[in-house]
Amino acid sequence: MIWENIKLALGGLRSNKMRALLTMLGIIIGIGSVIAIVTVGNSLTSTVSESLVAMGGNNLQLSVDPRPDENGDYPNSYSYQESDLLNDEMLQAYEERFAQQIKAVVLTESGGSGKIQQGANTAKVSITGVNQGYFDADKCELVAGRALNEKDQEGVRQVALVSDVLVDNLFGGDDQAALGQTIEVTESGGAVHEFAIVGVYAYQTMSPLLGGSATVNKNTTTDLYLPLTTLHEMNGIAEGSYFWCEVVPAAGVDADAFQQRSEQFFEEGYYKNNKQFLVTVYNLQNEMSSITSVLDTISLAIGVIAGISLLVGGIGVMNIMLVSITERTREIGVRKALGATNGAIRTQFIVESVVICLVGGALGILVGFGLGSLGASLIGAPARVDLGTVLVAVGFSMAIGVFFGYYPANKAAKLDPIEALRYE
Amino acid sequence: MSGEKKPIIQLRDIVKTFYIGQPNELEILHGIDLDVYEGEFVAIVGESGSGKSTLMNIVGALDKPTQGSYWLDGIDMTAAKDSELSALRCRKIGFVFQTFNLIGRTSALKNVELPMLYNGIGAAKRAARAKELLELVGMEKRMNHQPNELSGGQKQRVAIARAMANDPAVLLADEPTGALDSATGRVVMDLFHKLHKEQGKTILLITHSRELAAECERIITIRDGRITGEVKGGVAQ
Repeated sequence: MIWENIKLALGGLRSNKMRALLTMLGIIIGIGSVIAIVTVGNSLTSTVSESLVAMGGNNLQLSVDPRPDENGDYPNSYSYQESDLLNDEMLQAYEERFAQQIKAVVLTESGGSGKIQQGANTAKVSITGVNQGYFDADKCELVAGRALNEKDQEGVRQVALVSDVLVDNLFGGDDQAALGQTIEVTESGGAVHEFAIVGVYAYQTMSPLLGGSATVNKNTTTDLYLPLTTLHEMNGIAEGSYFWCEVVPAAGVDADAFQQRSEQFFEEGYYKNNKQFLVTVYNLQNEMSSITSVLDTISLAIGVIAGISLLVGGIGVMNIMLVSITERTREIGVRKALGATNGAIRTQFIVESVVICLVGGALGILVGFGLGSLGASLIGAPARVDLGTVLVAVGFSMAIGVFFGYYPANKAAKLDPIEALRYE
Repeated sequence: MSGEKKPIIQLRDIVKTFYIGQPNELEILHGIDLDVYEGEFVAIVGESGSGKSTLMNIVGALDKPTQGSYWLDGIDMTAAKDSELSALRCRKIGFVFQTFNLIGRTSALKNVELPMLYNGIGAAKRAARAKELLELVGMEKRMNHQPNELSGGQKQRVAIARAMANDPAVLLADEPTGALDSATGRVVMDLFHKLHKEQGKTILLITHSRELAAECERIITIRDGRITGEVKGGVAQ
């Protein structure tokens, strides 16, 4: 019986395509926008959180920030003195004090951009000094050679770690041939430095959202890692001072508690007499959840709009069902004369309304997936369709069909067969 | 008629009043007594406004009398609830309308299957019976055609097959040739005679045509809501 009704309803849709499409438009737009938004939202959230996890989801960031006054207001302008910043001595003391909790203190410092000319080939690099902690924290994946070590740092050696992309560009992809080679790096300022390649690391593509590039070509700028001490020497700096640094906690450390103790350590040990600045410790995970909650709020807001569209769509379906029932009054009368119960007539029209909504919902899912993929590709994230959302959309379409179909169907069911048969 | 046969339709003192309790209260039927026996072919004739359509609606279980009793095939129809009336219409009565009233966009076969669908009969059995019936009315070659692809006479033959679907106790035909030309009407009337003779169907034919009525076994005349005459007819052919 239900199957017969479904076939009947589909036949009705086929014979009245334009009307069916217009009726379904509200449902298509409503379901489509929900799916599109959820797809884009999911892609965004997962890309951001994956990137953050790759960057160290559980990591803490120490940052020298302006100190708020007693009213909690921040100064309008401020300038850092060398003595306000974090230095090697502080960080060493910090690392010793929390030896159990800290896996590594990571320091990276940009040394500007540079170019390497090797025969006819050129590679663009971003010169980056890194400390030993960078490797202790497993920040990069070696594919050949060795990482930079303590001896490189202490000896201020002219050694470097290059990316596999650079090896592809300059050495035809032969990692072994690249190892031990000396490269000449020309800084943007014109100064030239020579480094021996000791290792090759795997270049990680990064989402454009986070300022990276999703694709790799020979113009891609990759990091050239030097010992931090070497970079300091290049720039004529005797003693390192840092605006911020990253701290990788040991496994099983409660990041929240450690965050507070770290702040306390710097405040009590170094900054309590500093009127202008203090050290703030950020937890990336907290940052991530705030990003996620912003995304959730946006999704919710647009979801409400989509819900209104579904409501309007549902009313459209109800309207067309009422029209259809008026047009088919005589048919309803005949069916009743042939023995259809009120229930059978009601079922027939509810099924018809549900079929309209389901077909609309299915088209909406396709439209939404299309728009969602487009949106995701615009922000450079892979499209992720949530099966749960699709199921909810299908369920919701059915619910709209039943809800907005019930009143017209009930009206049809209650028609007086004599009146209906006489209807012209 | 033959006294040993039981009445399949038994109407006693049927009164039908519209707009009860309102200033325009209108009594259409003023106490109808009528027995139709199994296997009879009865014509009901009357001018328009005589109340024959109202009587037909009551006999067809589409409407209930205001007063009186109606027994159909041993069932007290005045005591039945609305939902029971649907089931009784489905199993006991086969309607044939003046304007055919086939369901649009639905093949002849599916139209004939429809009453069986409402009777809860399985798909395979429905299709087999529907084909059988369409053969009986000579429409087997056009059973996959939709109503808009059929002529009036063809539509009425499909409608008769549909009325026969659940092997009803009574075929109720309301002006079945009224919308057809005389030649096509003849074909339809012959079909009723065939069903009457070969299958022993009880048929109630409502018409205002004296000629068609004359072909039936019994002719009942209604005037102003009362039975005013009853004569025996001679079945033609």
